[in-house]
Amino acid sequence: MIAALLRRDLSKFFPFAGGGAALPVVFFVAVAMLYPFAVGPDANMLSRTGGGVVWIAALLAAILPLEKLVSQDIELGTFDQLRLRGVTEEVMMAVRLLAHWFSFGPPLMLATFPAAALLALDGPTLHLLLLGLLAGTPGLAAIGLMIAALTASLRAGAALSGLMLIPLALPILIFGAGALARQDAASIGFVAAISLLLVAIAPFAAGAAIRAAREV
Amino acid sequence: MQAQLSATNLACRRGDRLLFRKLSFVLRTGEALHLTGANGTGKTTLIRALAGLTTPFAGEVARTGGIGLLDERPALDPDLPLGKALGFWQRVDGCSDPSAALAVLGLEPLLEVPVRYLSTGQRKRAGLAALLGRGVPVWLLDEPLSGLDVAAIGQVTALIQTHVSGGGIALIASHQALAIEGLRSLALEDFAPREEPA
Repeated sequence: MIAALLRRDLSKFFPFAGGGAALPVVFFVAVAMLYPFAVGPDANMLSRTGGGVVWIAALLAAILPLEKLVSQDIELGTFDQLRLRGVTEEVMMAVRLLAHWFSFGPPLMLATFPAAALLALDGPTLHLLLLGLLAGTPGLAAIGLMIAALTASLRAGAALSGLMLIPLALPILIFGAGALARQDAASIGFVAAISLLLVAIAPFAAGAAIRAAREV
Repeated sequence: MQAQLSATNLACRRGDRLLFRKLSFVLRTGEALHLTGANGTGKTTLIRALAGLTTPFAGEVARTGGIGLLDERPALDPDLPLGKALGFWQRVDGCSDPSAALAVLGLEPLLEVPVRYLSTGQRKRAGLAALLGRGVPVWLLDEPLSGLDVAAIGQVTALIQTHVSGGGIALIASHQALAIEGLRSLALEDFAPREEPA
């Protein structure tokens, strides 16, 4: 049952597979492409600031899939039907978190390679960037899922979720991008710790939000 | 294990408004109940409370046996063809041979059609096919006949009849008359709280 659920969620959200949206990845690469046009082709400056731009692009790309992440299945009644089959909301949300991360974390990390080339990033920076994104994207996915579940029954939920994600994602951005400035992987440990905490909380928080959304 | 569905002194509200109170009934295996009431009297609210999706304001619901719910949302992905959308629920339910349900409901020609192109009646029938695939004893049906043509109403009524005769339980909220043997009827208006003097 869990496997069937994961399969459905992945085929729904994975970019280029069925109904999944490739928009976050395209958006991410587009930011990396536009940045040199905006600040000039000075390779020194680009490689100094490029890592931070990639982090901002990743954070903003994390907002894009939130609109459909939870609200559509509430409207369709999918969560209600799963509940009747004995699946708890926490399990549904844990599966959704996994599918959501798979659909935007690894694709963004792959897209980091062309982005690094566009921003003239050197090898060690790219290395730190990938490590940081690996540690940080699960946290971004967890924040996104909690916000999407909380705002699912609101009419302006999509716009609101973007605004809510930014301040909550700040610690991940500070420590993740901070590792690049110091060329030191130590602060990525902080990013991983924050992500771990968020991933642990997210299924419970999002599950409770879905139950609360049923009670009018 | 005998299936049973019962409500004791049930009261539900929507927002701040009390919809009904002191509602009690027991449905044992092989029984069917027709739930009637004007729009807004709380039929859907009652069904969701009976299904355990919401907590009633007061009173208790007791369920023995699996619960199947059919409402106006069939829980099928609008972008997928019907066959694949139903396939997901078949995998979840471990239903090996859904072809019988599809044939009875006349859904076979529609399997390649994306769910969003289906009409209301076709979607309703698809939801019923998913319900049939589960093989649960307790059916909660919210307006199962709305949007159906005359032939489909006959088919769906026959399906409910077969389910009840086979030892199942059905609770049907509907504005239409139902031709089902031994059907009891419950009017929600009888349980509405008395209007307070203005």
